[in-house]
Amino acid sequence: MQLTLKIWRQKNASDKGGFVTYPVKDVSKDMSFLEMLDVLNEGLIEKGEDPVHFDHDCREGICGTCSLYINGKPHGPLQTTTCQLHMRSFSDGQTITIEPWRAKAFPIVKDLVVNRSAFDRIIQAGGYVSVGTGGVPDANEIPIPKNIADLAMDAAQCIGCGACVAACKNASAMLFTSAKISQLALLPQGQVERKTRAEKMVAQMDAEGFGACTNTGACEAECPKGISITNIARMNREYFSAVLSSENI
Amino acid sequence: MSWVTKTLNSTLGKKLLMALTGLFLILFLVVHLVGNLQLLLPDEGEAFNKYAESMATNPFIRVVSIGNFAFILLHVIYSILLTRHNRKSRPIGYAESAASTNSTWSSRNMGILGTVILIFLLVHLKGFYYEIKFGEMPFIDYEGVSYKNVFAIVAAAYSNVLYVAFYVVCMGFLAFHLSHGFASAFQTLGLNHVKYSPLIKKVGIGFSILVPTLFALIPVVMYIQSL
Ligand code: HEM
Ligand code: FES
Repeated sequence: MQLTLKIWRQKNASDKGGFVTYPVKDVSKDMSFLEMLDVLNEGLIEKGEDPVHFDHDCREGICGTCSLYINGKPHGPLQTTTCQLHMRSFSDGQTITIEPWRAKAFPIVKDLVVNRSAFDRIIQAGGYVSVGTGGVPDANEIPIPKNIADLAMDAAQCIGCGACVAACKNASAMLFTSAKISQLALLPQGQVERKTRAEKMVAQMDAEGFGACTNTGACEAECPKGISITNIARMNREYFSAVLSSENI
Repeated sequence: MSWVTKTLNSTLGKKLLMALTGLFLILFLVVHLVGNLQLLLPDEGEAFNKYAESMATNPFIRVVSIGNFAFILLHVIYSILLTRHNRKSRPIGYAESAASTNSTWSSRNMGILGTVILIFLLVHLKGFYYEIKFGEMPFIDYEGVSYKNVFAIVAAAYSNVLYVAFYVVCMGFLAFHLSHGFASAFQTLGLNHVKYSPLIKKVGIGFSILVPTLFALIPVVMYIQSL
């Protein structure tokens, strides 16, 4: 395959940045999208140019580090992570536009790399549980109904890649935050901090400068892990019941 | 900041106000529509004029109508606050967008749809509410009692084809606003449930088609009658 890549290049956070067009040849349709970029970068390095910076780690679709906005969609045309996207999803001779996640809360570090530590700070604000520090508890000591365990596991599938923020017209982090609140609120282990958690994580989400939710559903449609917006409704319930009943003034 | 203002200033709190005021306005649309449909009764406006009189004098209705104005104002103010906040959350946009593959046009353009509804409301209030309350009104007698002839004012307005066209187009915008807004408000309130959400979505679509269509039908029928 031959492709034309239109890639956002930006030297650092304060650089203005702009698109640069690169032709790439000898792309196999069995390559992953990141392998295709590796080919491009090898060529750039050989020519003595600065390679295109992009985030990646596991390349197995489990870590959430890869993050490219491809042809107007986070992670490209399929509902999967960029590392699990293959060139067979594109056609020979196609022009592919590659942009970084765009959000005030995700400042650009370089080229296509953005700083997603805002997500870490939301987790730090309340995404934890208190545990007893006695002897090792027996397995299955705490009874949890199967359907509840399933819902919590579904929410816990979130890998924090930020595609929800990238897809949302408001750059809102509601899907991420609601998944993290839900996975703990649903389980008995999460009850100790339940109210404070909802209050603090929502407050942190707002403080980071993410947008509000218009319920467009774009996040759910683009999430590589299929996190449902029922989590956002649950977060709204958790938050409103928390502020109405908690002792936190 | 007290916990109340802190909550209402959060993104979730602002949306809560949008949803509550939006749902109230939806309820108001139903009541308003039932009243307006009396314009089509074949009685030269008698039922409608008597209804208009009772609406203007009933103290309960007057309290509700003040609340209604307040809710419209709140809905508009919070829509501006939210839209501004949301724009600021993405200062640099994308060069390419495939948003149509993941969300509906209406859901992405609630602000534009709302703005047209607001323009309509202002024209509508100036033309009817203001004229009827403060303007020079014709009167009509029923059983020896004198009533403001609101019907005559409405009929005169609806004999103007431009006004009728404006009305119909605006109802189209209302339909799209509601096609997203109705179900969205329930989601905002946290009311998402496997048993009820599919029904809420269907009722929302039905409502967004039926109510604006019936509203639009009134000026169209009255225009045809005026020919
Ligand atoms: C009869 C008139 C109206 C009705 C029945 C109505 C109803 C609604 C409802 C039910 C929602 C959904 C709330 C939610 O998502 O939780 C909504 C959202 C919205 N409305 Fe209205 N509305 C009306 C007029 C207006 C006007 C006049 C404006 C503004 C200029 C406006 C602007 C908006 C905006 C911007 C949103 C989306 C807010 C967001 O989530 O980003 N609406 N409306
Ligand atoms: S690199 Fe780990 S999910 Fe893509």
